[in-house]
Amino acid sequence: MESRNVIEIDNLNLFYGDFQALEDINIEIERNKVTALIGPSGCGKSTFLRTLNRMNDLIENTIVKGDVILDGVDIYKEINLLDLRKRVGMVFQKPNPFPMSIYENVAYGPKAHGVKNKAILDKIVEENLKKAALWDEVKNRLDKSAMGLSGGQQQRLCIARALAVEPEIILMDEPTASLDPIATLKIEELINELKKKYSIIIVTHSMQQAGRISDKTAFFLMGEIIEYSDTTKLFSNPQKKKTEDYITGRFG
Amino acid sequence: MNIENETLKKKLISKNRMAENIFSKIFFLSALISIMSLIVIIVFVFAKGVPAILEIGLMDFVFGKLWRPSSNDFGILPMILGSIYATIGALLIGVPIGILTAVYISEIATKKIRRIIIPMVELLAGIPSVIYGFFGLIVIIPLIDKGFDNGGNSLLAAMIILGIMILPTIINISDASLRAVPKEYRENSLALGASKIQTIFGVVLPAAKSGVLTAVVLGLGRAIGETMAVILVAGNSPQIPNSIFDRFRSMTANIAIEMGYAFGLHQEALFATGVVLFVFIIILNLGLNLFIRKVGD
Repeated sequence: MESRNVIEIDNLNLFYGDFQALEDINIEIERNKVTALIGPSGCGKSTFLRTLNRMNDLIENTIVKGDVILDGVDIYKEINLLDLRKRVGMVFQKPNPFPMSIYENVAYGPKAHGVKNKAILDKIVEENLKKAALWDEVKNRLDKSAMGLSGGQQQRLCIARALAVEPEIILMDEPTASLDPIATLKIEELINELKKKYSIIIVTHSMQQAGRISDKTAFFLMGEIIEYSDTTKLFSNPQKKKTEDYITGRFG
Repeated sequence: MNIENETLKKKLISKNRMAENIFSKIFFLSALISIMSLIVIIVFVFAKGVPAILEIGLMDFVFGKLWRPSSNDFGILPMILGSIYATIGALLIGVPIGILTAVYISEIATKKIRRIIIPMVELLAGIPSVIYGFFGLIVIIPLIDKGFDNGGNSLLAAMIILGIMILPTIINISDASLRAVPKEYRENSLALGASKIQTIFGVVLPAAKSGVLTAVVLGLGRAIGETMAVILVAGNSPQIPNSIFDRFRSMTANIAIEMGYAFGLHQEALFATGVVLFVFIIILNLGLNLFIRKVGD
């Protein structure tokens, strides 16, 4: 019964004070797909990502106009902010585990949402570390500080931590930008696995990465979506001149 | 020409070296002065105080309940307990208020409010302790007297005054360590759907805990060492207080009140009080530093 689109955005405009960061964004994000957002630095793709879980609310003087509809509900008008962020998880560019144990990192979200039972928490921690393909590496040191993990492990821990609150959508803001190629590969494999259950929207600087992991790609430029289509189509047969210039490396 | 240049260069270099040397000696001397002061103070206090402890007897001195110099009774247990009680009370009042204020300033308040509160907290730190005592005398003591009809001079009055006095220390250092917490921790927590309050108590404060504990230690040091404000509100009778409404005397007050007219063994016993206070502070500092290092990891 679920509709094909998980998010529908209608005429989204976003201002930081006088500066318009997003202009007339119209896009439909499909369920259980990986949607990549590409574009040069400062094109608004990260800003756009952050409108989807309202992280832009943290920045003073941000004005958002237009409709962001998540499963039929306008997230700026009709939903509790904490519920929204529970449903729309986020993984940031820099792996940033909390300075506490591996276990506590994963249990943090569920605890914040009221899970107190130790047995349930144990189960959540194990399940989500498994989902993030980290369980085998850390199962014997769950009580050790998460700061002792490698960068790639930390990022997978952050993914496990985001999964632990049972989101429907996962936003990823250049999740592999600070990782080495092997750790990057592991994250990409993980994303491929995760899209069976989650809708993933990923900002990436790497067009190769977008090509490897995404089903749909949106190309951002100067706060606008220039082109949005199936990834294979966008890279092999771009409809717009600007898209072609960008993906062939003429700028950006 | 060339040779002249060479010698000039050499001269310049040696001049530079000399300046380097002189400056590094000045730095060394400055460091030496503070270290020497510390050593001189320790030696002097211990040299004057330890003989008195030996003469009175360590046990009789530290655990003696009677302080009556006129009949050669030199027991400072009442003062030791007085100082400990007053300090604990000050921490119970000052630590929660101070930490919550710091949280408010660094996490919740807008920039505008922040700009008003911080200078006021700094001003609070700049008020001389005798003024705090004066405030206690004219405001807190009458209030306590009205409420409990005990004359007002009491352990409670000292706890309140000291609790206020340690606020700036606790607020400033806690605020600095809270602001040093990376903003990514807050973002990550909020992105998980945690509320602002959950974020503060779940991530931000734990991440800042070693700084916050340092703030508590410094506040403790200030409270146990405070003299003037305590003298003005404590009532200063050298008895073990049975409740927070009793009069008491702190170790610092003991020294300050009687030093003016004491001589002989009496005077030495006051120095010995200083020795005990000193040992207290050293133990507290070492213990808490160890504790901080343990939980900081």
